[in-house]
Amino acid sequence: MSHVTLTALRKVYPNGFEAVKPASYTITPGEFVVLVGPSGCGKSTMLRMIAGLEDISDGTLEIAGRVVNTLDPADRDIAMVFQNYALYPHMTVRKNIGYGLQNRKIPKDVIAAKVAEASALLNLDDYLDRKPSQLSGGQRQRVAMGRAIVRDPALFLFDEPLSNLDAKLRNQMRIEIKALQRRLGVTSIYVTHDQVEAMTMADRIIVMNAGRIEQIGTPAEIYHTPATTFVASFMGAPPMNLLDGQIAGGAARVGDHTVMTDAPAAPGPVTVGIRPEDIVADPNGPLTLDIAIVEELGAHRLLHGTLAGQQLSVHVGKDSPATTGPFRAALKPGAVSLFDAGTGERL
Amino acid sequence: MTTHKRRLRLSTVVDHAILIAGSLLMIVPVLMLVQMTSMPDLINMKTGPSLSIGDQWVPNFEKAMFQADGFSGINTGTRMLMNSFILGIGFAFGKIFVGMLAAYAIVYFRMRYASLAFWIIFTTLLLPLEVRILPSYEVVQRLGMLNTYQGLIIPLIASATATFFFRQYFRSIPEELVEAARIDGAGPVRFFFDILIPLSRTMIAAMFIIMFVYGWNQYLWPTMVTTEEGMFTLVRGIKQITQMLEGNQIPEYGRANMLALIAILPPVMIVIFFQSWFVKGLTESDK
Repeated sequence: MSHVTLTALRKVYPNGFEAVKPASYTITPGEFVVLVGPSGCGKSTMLRMIAGLEDISDGTLEIAGRVVNTLDPADRDIAMVFQNYALYPHMTVRKNIGYGLQNRKIPKDVIAAKVAEASALLNLDDYLDRKPSQLSGGQRQRVAMGRAIVRDPALFLFDEPLSNLDAKLRNQMRIEIKALQRRLGVTSIYVTHDQVEAMTMADRIIVMNAGRIEQIGTPAEIYHTPATTFVASFMGAPPMNLLDGQIAGGAARVGDHTVMTDAPAAPGPVTVGIRPEDIVADPNGPLTLDIAIVEELGAHRLLHGTLAGQQLSVHVGKDSPATTGPFRAALKPGAVSLFDAGTGERL
Repeated sequence: MTTHKRRLRLSTVVDHAILIAGSLLMIVPVLMLVQMTSMPDLINMKTGPSLSIGDQWVPNFEKAMFQADGFSGINTGTRMLMNSFILGIGFAFGKIFVGMLAAYAIVYFRMRYASLAFWIIFTTLLLPLEVRILPSYEVVQRLGMLNTYQGLIIPLIASATATFFFRQYFRSIPEELVEAARIDGAGPVRFFFDILIPLSRTMIAAMFIIMFVYGWNQYLWPTMVTTEEGMFTLVRGIKQITQMLEGNQIPEYGRANMLALIAILPPVMIVIFFQSWFVKGLTESDK
C-alpha cells in the first residue's frame, strides 16, 4: 500500500520543449488513476518520469513516502506494462515472468512459487513453456501483467496496454485488468488516449492537454462538470455540444433560444455546453432543432442537426421517434455547463 | 485433379537461360579443378584440362595433405588447413566480439561524442588493410608479432564492418525491451548477456559466416607476415607449390589443384549448412 505524490513535477527537453508543465497531485493507496489525453499531451512522458525512464527536470516524486527522483527504475519498487508488451522474445513465459526476480537474487524455489502463483491468477498455466511468439495478443498481454504482478510492487504503471488488441479483446482485458487491480489492491497509474477506457476503469481521471493537467476528478465529476471546454469535448462519445451563446439579463441564450434562466455569469459572450443525452424530445419544449442526419445505433439513436445555426448532436433512446427536420426538445435540469468564451474555463 | 498446362513463356526461357549461363560460369572452373586433380601432372602439363577422369585422386590427396615442402618439412596440407582455420575462426570471433562491444557502447550508452566516435570507426571502412599495409606491417613487426597468430589476426580485425552491422541491428531492437529490462533490474552487463546476445543469435551467425570466409580467403596479409613455413595458410601455401617451376621439375599441378579444392570446401560447407541462419540474420526483423 502506498502513496504517490508529485510536487511540481516538470519535464523540459534540451531543445526547450516543455513536455510536462509543473504537475502536482497525490494518489491514495490502492487507487486506480488514469492519465488520459490526446497524443502528445505529455501523459506518457509523465508516466515515464514516474517509472524512471525519463529524467525529471524539476519537482519531486515520492513513492511510498520515499523521494525517488534519482533512483534507478529497478529501485523504485514499480512494475510497468508496455503498449507492445515488451516481452523478451527468446525467453519462455516462465522465464519472462521470473526474470525480474532472478535479477534480484531471489532463491530459485521462491521464484518458482511466485511464478506459479502469478500464472494461476492469470490463467497462464498451459503456456508457461511457450515463447511469446507462440501466444496471441491477449495472452502476451497477460504475460506482461504477470511480469508486473510477480514482483509485488508498490506501484503498477500501464502505458496504453490495450491499444494493440482488437476491440472485443480490449473490452475483455479492460475488465480483467480492473478486476485484478481490485483484487491485488495495488496503486496503479494507467495511461490511455481512449476516453472509454478512462471512464470505465478509473477511480480518478487526470485529463491532460498540451503538457498541462486540465482536470482531476472521478469519472462522474469529469463527465458531468468538466472544468474546461477541452475536457468537455474530449470526454464522452459523442462529445459535449459546445455552442456560442450570450449572457443577457441573467439568462444564457443560444441564438433566440434560452437554455438557462439563472446563469451565474456576467453578461457577455459565453460557451454553452450541453451533453447530447441531456436534450430530450418534448413536443412543447422551448428548443427547436433542425435535424439533418439520424444515426441508428440499435439501443439508441444519434441525431445530428443544428440549433440556431450551430452544429449539435442529440442522443435519444430507441423508443424516441426520430426523423429529420424540425425537432422540438427540452433540456434536463442542470444540463447546461457554461464556459468562459475566451479561456474555455468553467464558469 | 486437373492438370494445368503451363505455357512456356519467352521471358521464362530467357530468365532461365541467363541463370543457367551464370551457374555454368561459376561451376565450370570448379569442375575443371576436380578433373585436373584426378590426372597425373604430366598429362595436365601437356594437355591442360580435358574431359577424361584419371585415377590420381588418392595420391594427389595424400600429397596435398601430408607432403611438406621447403626446409623445415612442417608445412603440410594439414598444417596449413589448421592455420587457415585458426585465422578464419579467430578473425571471425575477434571481429564479432569487438564489433558487438563497440556497437553496444555506441547504441545504448549516452556518451559524449558517441556519433563522432561512430563515424570515426565508420571511416575505417575506407581504409582496408591493403591500404594501410605498410604501416600495419611496421607496427606488427615492432611488436614482434611477425609469424604469430596474433600478428596474422589482429590487424585484420581492425575495421568497422561488424560494428556497423551490429549497430544497425541493435538500433532495430525495440526501445521498450531495454526499458523493461531496466525495470526488471538488469544492469548493463546482464542486459548484454541475457537479452542482447540471445536476441542477436542469428545476426552473430550471419556475421560469423561472412567473417570466417573473409578471413579464410585472406592472401596478401598472410603472405606478408608469415615467412615461417609452419605459419602458412592454405591460400598462401598453394601459391608456394605452383611457384616451383625452376629446373626441370614438373610443377605439381595435381597437388596444387587438390589443395585449392580443399581450400574451397570449408567456406562452401559453412555457407551450405548455415544458409538459413545467414538469411535469417540479415533479413529477419522478428524481435
